[in-house]
Amino acid sequence: MTRCGDKPEPAFSEPWHAQVFAITVALNEAGHFAWSDWAERFGATLKTHGLSKELDGGEDYFNAWLETLEGFLAETGLAEAGAMRQLKTAWTEAYLSTPHGMPVRLAEVG
Amino acid sequence: MPHDHDHPHSHLPSDPALRVKALETLLTDKGLVDPTALDEIIDLYQNKIGPQNGARVVAKMWSDPAFHKMMLNDPMSTLQDMGLYGRQGEHIVFVENSNDVHNMVVCTLCSCYPWPLLGIPPGWYKSDAYRARSVREPRAVLAEFGVALPEGKKVRVWDSTAEVRYLVVPQRPAGTEGFSQEALAALVTRDSMIGTALAQEPRA
Repeated sequence: MTRCGDKPEPAFSEPWHAQVFAITVALNEAGHFAWSDWAERFGATLKTHGLSKELDGGEDYFNAWLETLEGFLAETGLAEAGAMRQLKTAWTEAYLSTPHGMPVRLAEVG
Repeated sequence: MPHDHDHPHSHLPSDPALRVKALETLLTDKGLVDPTALDEIIDLYQNKIGPQNGARVVAKMWSDPAFHKMMLNDPMSTLQDMGLYGRQGEHIVFVENSNDVHNMVVCTLCSCYPWPLLGIPPGWYKSDAYRARSVREPRAVLAEFGVALPEGKKVRVWDSTAEVRYLVVPQRPAGTEGFSQEALAALVTRDSMIGTALAQEPRA
């Protein structure tokens, strides 16, 4: 375990950690799920992941968070797994085809 | 992998970062989330809410007996008046350290934490190591944080849930008589309100 003391440290070490956190909070706030249901599911994912390794509270933690949210949204039909896969591919292609230094945008679909 | 030579294309984000982008795009297209609202949430927790909020409450508890009593018995309406009510802080229980008892807080399920008073939990609070060991061997964990308790002092570990969040009220350090609430708040660290530290001693 790392001793962190009280030095100011960023709340999120990676932008995507902050993004997935904010998406979850926003969906909860809009009433798409109760926070207790979320915590239960998230706790279950952490438990499963923790069987094979000791999870750190950073990248491991947010990987479990993301997996939980994807599963939850796919199950409730808010975000279908197929659509998410397609968009991930589209974003990957957008990064690979955008010259370095230019803003990366998703090509218009359809 | 970072490298210096010229990139023909943009740096490709990590797999989870791309999955989050996909998720955000999909949910935005469906009108389920609003990117501006997401930025506001991030800004709030990154820049505005933090342990200074909890420290203000603890310092006031040390200074104001009526407030102290209120926080231990029925804190929510007062916290609401102070603007310290919000997500993941709907039901907060203050647990006070004494000469006999030291309190510490954990969430064994995931990472429940009193956001309005402390902000987002530090990495170690979310780690398996802390979550598992603080219940099993709290004294060993405290020792690693540099906290040595007198023999005979009890340690109580409070397991947070999605419904109830705990905040430790550390003991007021000696030599702080007559300190303003502001000066006292500066001694109340984040870790002292989780229970993995004591309040700081005033500088002589």
